[in-house]
Amino acid sequence: MARGSTLPAPRRGLRGAIAYRGGEGMLAWAFHRVSGIAVWAFVILHVIDIYLVGGNPAAYNELLKIYSSPAGRVMETLLGAALFYHALNGMRIVVMDLWPALTAYHRQLWRIVWITFFALGLPGAYIILKPIWEMAK
Amino acid sequence: MSGAPRSRQPRPARRGRELTFWLLTRYSAVALFVLALAHFSMTHFVYDPANQSAEWITQMRWNSLALRLLDWSMLFIVLVHSFLGMRTVVKDYLKGTVQDIVLTLLWILAAALVVLGSNVVLTLPLK
Repeated sequence: MARGSTLPAPRRGLRGAIAYRGGEGMLAWAFHRVSGIAVWAFVILHVIDIYLVGGNPAAYNELLKIYSSPAGRVMETLLGAALFYHALNGMRIVVMDLWPALTAYHRQLWRIVWITFFALGLPGAYIILKPIWEMAK
Repeated sequence: MSGAPRSRQPRPARRGRELTFWLLTRYSAVALFVLALAHFSMTHFVYDPANQSAEWITQMRWNSLALRLLDWSMLFIVLVHSFLGMRTVVKDYLKGTVQDIVLTLLWILAAALVVLGSNVVLTLPLK
């Protein structure tokens, strides 16, 4: 076992990748992976855009206009959702991995993730999206 | 499919690189839970992208050495966390030589982002 995990190899192909294997754990894992890759992609963009603050301030300001446009705000809301889900579910994973006894409460932890996600995420989405219809006035 | 789920990434049994990476992913996760969510709240809820500009970052946000150090440490923590995560993804779906090539490209990209991000944090003049 020089490389790779002790888990069986994932099923190959698209059907293998999306096949539903049941339970909250499966969904939590799938969302965690997709949101993680999305945030990773944004981190690459974000390091490059912040580099422009020093390297080409005018280009950075142009990019900020795109970020604050209606389409940009929808993307930021999706980014925020991915980040927030990944953060909350990540804490659920940390709790279960570092204190395995608490895995018995995985279903409760899963509910807490989603209650927190919507309770704080919906007002957050409203704040980010609000300028879209204020601009339209 | 009943009972408590087992972890998709169980704790490596032996001490070594895999356990170090496993723990590093989790410790950095806790740090990012605070840092990244605070950062997102700051840039989207407290301030709005419409009110920010290169000048705002130069003159306000990064005129503070403390905030600069905070953002610099966040850069390292987020790169460690996200690239260790991508390493897991790559190892799940790719095998053999393709895996080796993609992992090498991943490390080159991570190093390039360290250089790019550190460059702006360190060279932007303090006013």
